[in-house]
Amino acid sequence: MTLRADDAGVTVHPREFPTNRGGLCQKGWTAAELLDHPERLTTPLVRDAATGELHPASWDTALDRVVAGIRAVQDDAGRDAVAVFGGGGLTNEKAYALGKFARIGLRTRHIDYNGRFCMSSAAAAGMRAFGIDRGLPFPLADLGRADTLLLVGANPAETMPPLVRWLTEQRRNGGKLIVIDPRVTATARQADLHLQPLPGTDLAVANALLHIALTEGWVDRAYVADRTTGFDAVRRGVAAWWPARAEQLSGVPVADLEATARALGTGGRVIILTARGAEQHAKGVDTVTSYVNLALALGLPGRDGSGYGCLTGQGNGQGGREHGQKADQLPGYRRIDDPAAREHVAGVWGVPADELPGPGVPAYQLLDSLGTPGGPRAMLVFGSNPVVSAPRAARIEGRLRDLDLLVVADLLLSETAALADVVLPTAQWAEEDGTMTNLEGRVLRRRALRPPPPGVRTDLAIISDLAARLADAESADVDPTDANPASVRPAAVAAARFPADPAVVFAELRRASAGGAADYAGISWDRIDADDGVYWPCPTEDGPDTPRLFADRFATPDGRARFHPVDHRPAAEEVCATYPLHFTTGRVLAQYQSGTQTRRVAALRRAAPEAFVELHPDLATRLGIDDGDPVRVTSRRGEFRAPARLSAGIRPDTVFAPFHYAGAGRANSVTNDAVDPISGMPEFKICAVRVEKA
Amino acid sequence: MTARVVIVGNGMAGARLAGELHAREGDRKVTVLGAEPHRAYNRILLSTLLAGRIDEPDVELTEAAGHGVDLRSGVPVIAVDRSAREVRTDDGERIGYDHLVLATGARAVVPTLPGLDPANLPERVVPFRTLDDCRRILAAADGARSALVLGGGLLGLEAARGLATRGLATTVVHPREHLMERQLDPTAGAVLAGTLANFGVSVQLGVSATGVAADANGVRLDLADGRSLRADLLVLSCGVRPDTALAQAAGLTVRRGVVVDDRLRTTDRSISAIGDCAEHDGVLTGLVAPAWAQAQVLADVLTGTDPLARYRPRPVVTRLKAAGIDLASMGDAASGGPGEELTFADPTRGTYARLRIRDERLIGAILLGDNPAVGTVIQLFDRGQPVPSDRRALLLGRALGAVGATPAASPALMPDAATVCQCNTVSKGALVRSWRSGARTVDAVVAATRAGTGCGGCRDAVSGIVDWLSQAESVEVTR
Repeated sequence: MTLRADDAGVTVHPREFPTNRGGLCQKGWTAAELLDHPERLTTPLVRDAATGELHPASWDTALDRVVAGIRAVQDDAGRDAVAVFGGGGLTNEKAYALGKFARIGLRTRHIDYNGRFCMSSAAAAGMRAFGIDRGLPFPLADLGRADTLLLVGANPAETMPPLVRWLTEQRRNGGKLIVIDPRVTATARQADLHLQPLPGTDLAVANALLHIALTEGWVDRAYVADRTTGFDAVRRGVAAWWPARAEQLSGVPVADLEATARALGTGGRVIILTARGAEQHAKGVDTVTSYVNLALALGLPGRDGSGYGCLTGQGNGQGGREHGQKADQLPGYRRIDDPAAREHVAGVWGVPADELPGPGVPAYQLLDSLGTPGGPRAMLVFGSNPVVSAPRAARIEGRLRDLDLLVVADLLLSETAALADVVLPTAQWAEEDGTMTNLEGRVLRRRALRPPPPGVRTDLAIISDLAARLADAESADVDPTDANPASVRPAAVAAARFPADPAVVFAELRRASAGGAADYAGISWDRIDADDGVYWPCPTEDGPDTPRLFADRFATPDGRARFHPVDHRPAAEEVCATYPLHFTTGRVLAQYQSGTQTRRVAALRRAAPEAFVELHPDLATRLGIDDGDPVRVTSRRGEFRAPARLSAGIRPDTVFAPFHYAGAGRANSVTNDAVDPISGMPEFKICAVRVEKA
Repeated sequence: MTARVVIVGNGMAGARLAGELHAREGDRKVTVLGAEPHRAYNRILLSTLLAGRIDEPDVELTEAAGHGVDLRSGVPVIAVDRSAREVRTDDGERIGYDHLVLATGARAVVPTLPGLDPANLPERVVPFRTLDDCRRILAAADGARSALVLGGGLLGLEAARGLATRGLATTVVHPREHLMERQLDPTAGAVLAGTLANFGVSVQLGVSATGVAADANGVRLDLADGRSLRADLLVLSCGVRPDTALAQAAGLTVRRGVVVDDRLRTTDRSISAIGDCAEHDGVLTGLVAPAWAQAQVLADVLTGTDPLARYRPRPVVTRLKAAGIDLASMGDAASGGPGEELTFADPTRGTYARLRIRDERLIGAILLGDNPAVGTVIQLFDRGQPVPSDRRALLLGRALGAVGATPAASPALMPDAATVCQCNTVSKGALVRSWRSGARTVDAVVAATRAGTGCGGCRDAVSGIVDWLSQAESVEVTR
């Protein structure tokens, strides 16, 4: 989008860009309302020990409190007693700086981010199959040319409306759209074929589709032989998933499985996309892998116009996962336990490699350890609201309360900020420069329209200032009497190491990412402007970028994609007599994530004012519930309340609620905190509940 | 905890048990002894193999070899010595066990007919049960133009459909009055016969065979009504009989199958039986799903994962698996009795549905042909969940379940509050108001309201409303 500022304020104008083609949904149109929102934070807040209230404070007071708190817990309990929690909405520069700050500013291994709740399962599945994780290994425009497009657990008509323009084009070109979703969503309604499985059975559906492809002779044997390894184990595994078996488990008719397999197996250009519906499970990695296996068996990845991809969620969901705010990761999508990667990044950062901490733990494990014996006692949160977005949220809320020090940098007083000891007001998207990397792996520019209002600082400036103050405090410790006026002050060194200027940070990010999977070395802001974005990897300034991956080889050591046999397993929590219904969560069009921003925009609040519980009319009748009645949804972990919304578009054995809301309507009060053993992704998409009239 | 587990049989049940044991914690030695010389394979895929749509490697199943599992194929067990706790193989080896599992399966029944010696069947007469049977059928079918199948049950029909796929003119001979009489009622049987005819499979009903004559040139099947049918090969699909020889010789209680309790134990506490050879509560399973459920329970019991695990039979769903034929049968559908009964028949198109409901639960169903609700019906039956208040949803499926407002015939009939643009929450009333405020083209209305600027899906609807506004002399707008 393009912004214009005049006396009346900032207005949004759609921009003809290759991804959205001029489309904006209501969230885009209204985004500027937050710039001058009356609830916007414009001064730091510090909790008063006596009253327990948050009070406005100066930046010096607030940052001193943060530094003192960090020093206190680290002196007492070691470096790892401080944790950092980031967000997938942060720019690449901020994500990079935050990871660096954690590793060499705070020197803690504990950093992770809310992207763990978003696409980590697809990322892990992509890594193990292709050796690389880029949401779409091809431009979004390929969707418009696909003969068959399979969406698994994706509802872009609500979550990414401009993308639907590509689906419309696809069908206008005669393509077939197939959607797998337990609900008749706005996206499913547009599909030629909609498979409506029981939540938690997507993996069995994929294995049955591959079973059919095998029995019908649609497997691309030459591709499997030339470009992959490990197929035999997968072939034997899916032999046990004949369609009728998957039908009984999932409820998807054999005929629909066969029609889907046929469309995938006999179409020319075929694309399979997964999103949160397939991924947010305790078997999310295996579920995504089952669709990757299917794509590989059909010879799709690397074939022109075909492939497998993941629809990445947050604004910078892709870039945010590449540059080091993940627990096990260093910039350029490097692994923190890889000696060569450590050596390279430490060199860029100017520290010995052995000073870099090792891997931390994934987001939920981190949040669940806060304030517990051996767990972190202080945490800095940037651009995230886990009180609303974490699973089993009441428990996490308790963990946050148990911290000695909680620091939240945000532009509004989110539910998490409201618990903080120190709240730092930050700049918004229209007030800072930087880059984001979209779902295509295309690096895009964000340009500042105006400076932040007085009293507000950018995240980069906050990190820089904190690093300087920490360095100062530490050096004072070492030997306060040994002041050497000739030496450079440690604070100045630290400030130089953590620049506040995003252009400087990006230049360093390029060097740090050089040679990594996500190589940005050849990407400059000028080149992004000139080319409508640049696709990574792009190792040299004068060399090409990479709109399409995998044409010749995969990013594995032997260049072949890897099959992994995966089998269905039950959800972590199954229904029983006490909790007889499946519960699943998702999004609505007019709200975003934890709703901190969108719940404060009047037009969006009017469109989607409160949480609701979607249930089938037959189920409602049995429970004595009418449309609009207040209902209570209870699981083993908690309850929430919201009005009933009856819909024949949901299975009678399943209820749904959006997760954007806080307080009594917080859907995550009941969700399950079981996590995927590989990705650490929580099981947001299925748990067992009881529903009653409230 | 059991230290040495010996499984006799590497079929669907035995291989599954080995996998279940393999997947559980604990230190144990599992020996699987398979009589057939093959890897574990999926019997369900044999008819697909018969149809020539897959190759032999494609029927292989995952084997739990290594990590404490010793898998030996081509090793028949000929005796169990209960006092020594040993099994004896046909080459004289003795293998000790702490717990023995019989998963010996079942053997094809060869009917007692003149001309058929079970020990020495003619080359062109083959039962349909094992992978080797499949190979022999395929060898006989090579160059053949016609085939006979004796037995119109589930497996016989799958074999017939497979042979027809290969281009053989195939005739099914069935002694009963309709096909699959255990699962179908006469109407369904007739519809199914019609469907089969479309695929080149003809059916002879209500007539039994009286004799077989075979030579190198072909097979003759003599019928009780005096006719004789000739073909290039004859496939026998006359049911199976549990393979209980080992158990019987070892002195275990055997009725039709090896008798087991809820923990799958035989009358010897150290010996269990699962799958087609086992008889639980008077019932032989004969299907994969119960065999796998038994394997899971037994693995839980043997490993101590869940010492209280008990096998509870679930209602059985029979699914005919053959190209172009979609048949599901479950519960007590074929007979009458109290309760609601729903039927839908479109025999011309090969579709038939019969549902029996009692106390808001499905007690039986037959679904043949194009029944979009088949997945829902199976799940409701399997889980004993209540049926929809509108029963037509089960008979007619998604055609009725489709949701979403149908667009009003004319914008005039659309309520003002109706949302036209979901992405930007723009109602018809808002579009009309923008018109009244001076927006006179689609672009102007879009610019004023943002309708159609998200996914673009409502663009036609917006155009329609603008057209209507252009033509209407006066438009009443209410809030």
